[in-house]
Amino acid sequence: MPTLFPDDSVGLVEPRLIHFDQPLRLASGRTLPEYDLVIETYGCLNADRSNAILICHALSGNHHVAGYHSPEERKPGWWDSAVGPGKPIDTNRFFVVGLNNLGGCHGSTGPNRPNPETGKPYGPDFPIVTVRDWVESQARLADHLGIRQWAAVIGGSLGGMQALQWAIDYPERLRHCMVIAAAPKLTAQNIAFNEVARQAISRDPQFHDGHYYEQDTIPKTGLMLARMVGHITYLSDGGMREKFGREMRSGTLNFDFNPQFEVESYLQYQGERFSTAFDANTYLLMTKALDYFDPAAAFEHSLSDALANTRCRFMVISFTTDWRFSPERSREIVDALVEARKPVSYAEIDSQQGHDAFLIPSPRYMEVFHAYMRRVAADVPMEATDAC
Amino acid sequence: MRADLDIIQAWIAHGSRVLDLGCGQGELLCYLAEHKQVEGYGLEINHDNISACIEAGVNVIEKDIDDGLASIRDGSFDVVVMTQALQVMHRPDLIVDEMLRIGRECIVTFPNFGHWRARGYLGFRGQMPVSKFLPYTWYNTPNIHFCTFKDFERLCIERNIHIRERTVVDHQHRDRWWLRLWPNMLGEIAIYRITR
Repeated sequence: MPTLFPDDSVGLVEPRLIHFDQPLRLASGRTLPEYDLVIETYGCLNADRSNAILICHALSGNHHVAGYHSPEERKPGWWDSAVGPGKPIDTNRFFVVGLNNLGGCHGSTGPNRPNPETGKPYGPDFPIVTVRDWVESQARLADHLGIRQWAAVIGGSLGGMQALQWAIDYPERLRHCMVIAAAPKLTAQNIAFNEVARQAISRDPQFHDGHYYEQDTIPKTGLMLARMVGHITYLSDGGMREKFGREMRSGTLNFDFNPQFEVESYLQYQGERFSTAFDANTYLLMTKALDYFDPAAAFEHSLSDALANTRCRFMVISFTTDWRFSPERSREIVDALVEARKPVSYAEIDSQQGHDAFLIPSPRYMEVFHAYMRRVAADVPMEATDAC
Repeated sequence: MRADLDIIQAWIAHGSRVLDLGCGQGELLCYLAEHKQVEGYGLEINHDNISACIEAGVNVIEKDIDDGLASIRDGSFDVVVMTQALQVMHRPDLIVDEMLRIGRECIVTFPNFGHWRARGYLGFRGQMPVSKFLPYTWYNTPNIHFCTFKDFERLCIERNIHIRERTVVDHQHRDRWWLRLWPNMLGEIAIYRITR
């Protein structure tokens, strides 16, 4: 059925579930006795297993990075613009792995999955997981797949933080690290926005202290508000002005409190859609993982010391109107890498799209992405890859 | 390789740590990495040049040098190089100071506005020189701070900058013995090796 999907799509894809029965000790001190990770892969692993690329997802992402789950699926995976035949992460050259992180809500072990000890969903009892914990679980996934060293670990936003943590925790296990629209740690402002989101969720009467599954309800309003405030931080002032301006749904002022401006209904629509597609406990966990991320903390707050043992090459990318993780934050990473004498390149992409720009295939972004990935591909032996 | 880059690379020791300000397509850094195991970074603002560097495996950092180099620590590089960019800086004197702060040694090249052709153009035609080598008109040129060899050397004296070596080449970056007879009149590009 070659006509069903675009030529540069990986086409029909299927997730798979991998069970890990070796306990995972977490940064919090708690232990997950066993867990599942749901993954998707695209392309073929070459004979010497040197062409594997790990994609780490951001706050609301998952394992469905590219392609379609069915011919009816309306939208492809969340980073379909970057992953596929001939795209920057070229599935003709690379074997690409996407996963849903621990604590997620799309099939990996998380709050909405049953706790093996009780048979009931973990809910609020699911342990707080950190970026380090994720990276450790991803390293076990690499072991399971027989991948000793990734050609590259790539991520945007919270995904970029995982890529950075990979370089620090497993220096021998990746050749390239691509950190896009990320930061070395959150600012007070970043944490403040996350706290508003958490309060919105936990104060929703339907939240039931996280035990809403048993009550057969969801904290829809809270999750919707959390997403709305989050969404504002993903866009730029200029981008919102361009997209909505002060456009109104009807021509005149109604003098009531119903949504009138286009931006209001857009945000409500986005929040509404998200509130039924995402799990509130997972949202809380993801924002905590963001808040806790600070790899320099263990090195007397010196990021360059934290990066001193890394062995890979780095590509750092930021976007001019991103104010969630602004270019300054990426430059902190770059400066620390230069100070630590590590190979790094940095590009600052002009964009009107704010933080969301990392998901949007703008021409210069894609040019830089392609250029770096050709560099990554240069270290990988070329071979026929239609054999898998 | 461009002849001026060949002169510069000869001044850079094996295994040095090099920062190239305005590194273009990374020609010099590529050569130094390959032949002298130099660990280098380039700063650049031209998008096509940045992509070319990335693909060639040259460490390139997108940065406008005019915004300053404050994020780079004192003495963190063995050599800081700037080829043909001094004249486009808003404050060439401050950039030279910064280069000497972060590098133990600096190499600077710039076009000589005291060259006889420029003098002749201005002297006889009474107009700002336009040539194949400097093709811009006064209102659209990126070259906002032209100087002559003498001007640059005066700056060095004022700022206590030590000139370790200097040489001149023609506009095709060729080294000609006769250029050295009267460099400020005959040389088209100056190459200086300076320290504090």
